[in-house]
Amino acid sequence: MDLARKLSILADAAKYDASCASSGTSRRDSVGGRGIGSTEGAICHSYAPDGRCISLLKVLLTNACAFDCLYCVNRASSNVPRARFTVQEVVDLTLDFYRRNYIEGLFLSSGIIRSPDYTMEQVVAVARTLRQTHDFRGYIHLKTIPDASPELMAEAGLYADRLSINIELPSEASLKTLAPEKDVRAIRRSMGRMRARIEEAKEEKRAPAFAPAGQSTQMIVGADDVNDRTILATSANLYGAYRLKRVYYSAFSPIPDASRILPPQAPPLVREHRLYQADWLMRFYGFEAGEIVDEAQGNLALNMDPKLAWALRNRERFPLDINRADRGELLRVPGLGKTAVDRILAARRVRAVRLEDLPRLNVPLGKVMPFIICPGHQPHRLIDRADLASRLAPKPRQLALAL
Amino acid sequence: MLHVTLESETDFEGWRRQARALVRRGVRPRDVVWSPGGTADLFGGGELPEMGEGQGEAAAFTVPRAFVELAETVVLHADPQRFARLYNLLFRLRETPRLMELAIDPDVARLQAMAKSVRRDIHKMRAFVRFRRVELEGVEWFVSWFEPEHHILKANAPFFRRRFAGMNFSILTPEASAHWDGVALSFGPGATRAEAPTDDALEELWRGYYASIFNPARLKISAMKSEMAVKYWHNLPEAQLIAPLIADAQRRTVHMMEEGATAPNARPHKPAPQVAEPVPQDALAAARAEAASCRACPLWAPATQTVFGAGPVDAPVMFVGEQPGDQEDLDGRPFVGPAGKMFDRAAQEAGLERARAYVTNAVKHFKFVPRGKRRIHQSPAVAEIRACRPWLMRELELVRPKLVVAMGATAAQAVFGKAMPVGKNRGRLLALEDGRQALITVHPSYLLRLPDAAAQAEEYARFVEDLKLARPFLAV
Repeated sequence: MDLARKLSILADAAKYDASCASSGTSRRDSVGGRGIGSTEGAICHSYAPDGRCISLLKVLLTNACAFDCLYCVNRASSNVPRARFTVQEVVDLTLDFYRRNYIEGLFLSSGIIRSPDYTMEQVVAVARTLRQTHDFRGYIHLKTIPDASPELMAEAGLYADRLSINIELPSEASLKTLAPEKDVRAIRRSMGRMRARIEEAKEEKRAPAFAPAGQSTQMIVGADDVNDRTILATSANLYGAYRLKRVYYSAFSPIPDASRILPPQAPPLVREHRLYQADWLMRFYGFEAGEIVDEAQGNLALNMDPKLAWALRNRERFPLDINRADRGELLRVPGLGKTAVDRILAARRVRAVRLEDLPRLNVPLGKVMPFIICPGHQPHRLIDRADLASRLAPKPRQLALAL
Repeated sequence: MLHVTLESETDFEGWRRQARALVRRGVRPRDVVWSPGGTADLFGGGELPEMGEGQGEAAAFTVPRAFVELAETVVLHADPQRFARLYNLLFRLRETPRLMELAIDPDVARLQAMAKSVRRDIHKMRAFVRFRRVELEGVEWFVSWFEPEHHILKANAPFFRRRFAGMNFSILTPEASAHWDGVALSFGPGATRAEAPTDDALEELWRGYYASIFNPARLKISAMKSEMAVKYWHNLPEAQLIAPLIADAQRRTVHMMEEGATAPNARPHKPAPQVAEPVPQDALAAARAEAASCRACPLWAPATQTVFGAGPVDAPVMFVGEQPGDQEDLDGRPFVGPAGKMFDRAAQEAGLERARAYVTNAVKHFKFVPRGKRRIHQSPAVAEIRACRPWLMRELELVRPKLVVAMGATAAQAVFGKAMPVGKNRGRLLALEDGRQALITVHPSYLLRLPDAAAQAEEYARFVEDLKLARPFLAV
C-alpha cells in the first residue's frame, strides 16, 4: 500500500478525536539544536470545512484494533480498510509536514494490537525517534493506553508534551454497553498515575520531564441518553481528580459502517457547543457544575448560551451596578467576557464607566443592557419582563451556510 | 506645520525620539505630519520650535510601560495615520497619566484595536506561511510567498528562525524578504509571486491529509472562514479542496445514514491471547482483589479506586484511619499523603517499627466534592462506614493483630461498631469483644488542620504519647 493511501486511511481513522491543541507546554525552540521545532503559541495551521482547526498531524499508527467499541469506526467488527504505518513513516511525515509549516507537531494514537504494551511501545518509538534521532522540538501529543507498563508511561511522558486517555462516555453504564472491553476503573487509575507524575515533574526540578502540557480527555456526547447535567458533573469530577487541562466533548457523529445499536442520527452540533460554553463557565467564570444546568430540565438550553440561561433563572441578582459589582458578579453578566470585565475593573479605578463607554467594550449590548446599571442607563424593569428570554435568545439561523 | 521623516515604515525608535522631543516642547498633534520611510516631502520641513519656559527636561514625563508596548505594535500597522495617532495619545497622556487604563476611551480603544489587528496578522502569518522545497545550487532551501496585511515581516522573522533553525529558508513578501541560511537572518527587498516556487511534491500528500481529516457529517463553514479568512486561500495549497469537499459533504453524509448499519466484519482483529490474571496467592490478596470492585455504597463512582489496607499479613498491630485522601486515591495505597507522612514521623518518634504494621482505613474510597482543580475531603456518613465495615472485619480476621489502633472518630466507630468519643477514650488500652486490645487516638489529619503552631506542637506530642502505648507490640 502506498504512503498516500495509508495516510488517507489512518487520518480518516483519527478524525473523531476532537483535540488538536498544541498549547500550554514548556517553551522550546530549535536554536542551538540539530533539527527543527519550537513551541511558541498554539498555532492552528489550517481549518477544515467542519470548522475544526488543524494544528497537529493527527493519525493512528494502525487502525487495526482488537477492541469492539460500537461508536468507533475502527472497532474490530467494522469493515473499514485497515492500514499500518511503520515508525519511520510517521517520523518522516511529521518532519516533512513540519518543514513546510503545515503543522505544530504530531498527535499519535493507535488501535490496540496484540497487547497494550506492544501497542504503546510502537507509539513511544515514534516519539523517541523524533526527539532523539532528529532532535525535533515541536509538539507531541500521545494517546496512552490504559494498563501499559509504568516504564513505557514514563518514557512516553519524557518525550510527549501532552498525554491523553479518553474517558469515552460520561457514565460507566454506557461504557459497558458500547465499549465492553474498556474499563473505566483502569482509565481512572491511569489518569491518577499521570497526574501524580505530572505534578512530581513540576515540583521537583531534578525529576525527569513528564508531559509538561498535562493531560486531557474526550467524551462522546449523544451516543447514549446521558443528560448534560451528568456530563458536566463527570467533567467537574475529572478536572478535580486528575487536574485535566481539557475535557473535549465530541458530538457523536454518524460514521461509515455503523453498528446497529447506535442512533443513526447525530445529535445537534449545537449541543456540543453549549457543553463547551458550560465547561468554560466552570473553569474560568467561577460557576459550579451543579448550577449551570436547570435542575428541572437536565439538559442545557440549545437556543441560548448557558450563562444567559442561568441569568434568566436568577433574575433576582440583576441588574448589577457595573461600577460597584465585584469581579465574580461581573463575570456572571450575560455577554461580559473576561476581557471586558478586566477592562471595566481597570477603567472604574480611574473614573465611572458610563453608558456611552459601553460600545467600546466590544460586547453584545442588547444582551448586556437588561442586566446592568450605570450612569446614563437604568434598565426600566426590563429584567421583569416575561418575554425577556425570547427577546434575548438569538434568532435561529442555519449553522452551515453555503459557501 | 512641522514635518517629521522616519527612516522606515516601522521606525519605532525614530518615532519615539522625535515624539519625545516634540511633546516636551508642547507641539500639538495637529501641527505635526509624520512621513515614514523617507517618502516625498509634501508639506515642507518646518522648524522644531525652541524650548520655552517650563519645557524641556523639566517637562519630561514618563509614560506607562503599557503605552510603549502598544506603540511598538501599532507602528507595524498599515494605517498611514498610525504615527500621528500614537503621537496624539502620547500628547494626551501628559494631561491624563492614567489614560492607558481606560480601554473605554475612544483613542485608546482605537489603538488597541489596531494593535490587535497587527497581532492577529503576525499570528496568521505564523499559521499560513507555506514553504516549498527547492534546491539552490545543490542546497536544500525552503521558500514561501506570503502577503501580510501589515508591516510585520521583520518583527515576525525571528519566530521562523527559532522554529526552523536547522533548515534554510526564505520568506518573500511584496514589501520585503527575509532569509535564513543557518547562520544569520538577513532582509532583502520585496519580491513578486512569480519569484517563488510554484509547487512542492509534498503538497499532494498534505491535501490528502486535509481531505481525510475533514468530517463531512459536521459542516461548519462560517467557523472555518472566521479563522481562515478567504483572503489567505490563494496561498494555501489545501484551499483548492474546500469547495469540492463542501459540495460533496451532504451526499457523503446522506449516504452514510442511508447505508445505515452494516453486517459485522467476519474476520475481526483478534488480540494476542492475554496472560491470565495471576490468581491471588493468599486470602488477604484475594480480599484486596475482591474489594477492588466493591459497590456496597455509592462512594466508588466518583473515586479512582478502592484503597485497601497494606502491610504484612502477620502484623502485630493494625492502624486504622478514616478514609483515603486525594493522594491515596491516585496511588492506591493508604497513608501516602500528607497525613500519612505525619503518621510516619510520629510513629518513628514513638519508637514503632512502621514496616511491620498493617495500615488501613475504615472507609476504603475517597469521599470528596470537586472544587475547580481541587477535591475537598468530606467525612464519611454512618451508612458508608457501615457499608465498608465488612472489609475491615475481613482484614482483622486475616491479619489477626494483637492491637488495633483506631485513629479518629470514624475509625473508632468502625473498630468498635459504635460511636466511641475520641477525647474520652484516648490514651489507654481498651479491650475489644474478641479479646484483642485496642487504642483510640486522633487522626493525624486533625493535627494538620490545627490553625496555630503552638496547638499543633502540643497535640502532636499527645499523639506521639498515645502511639507509645503500642510499643510493647511493635518496638523497633
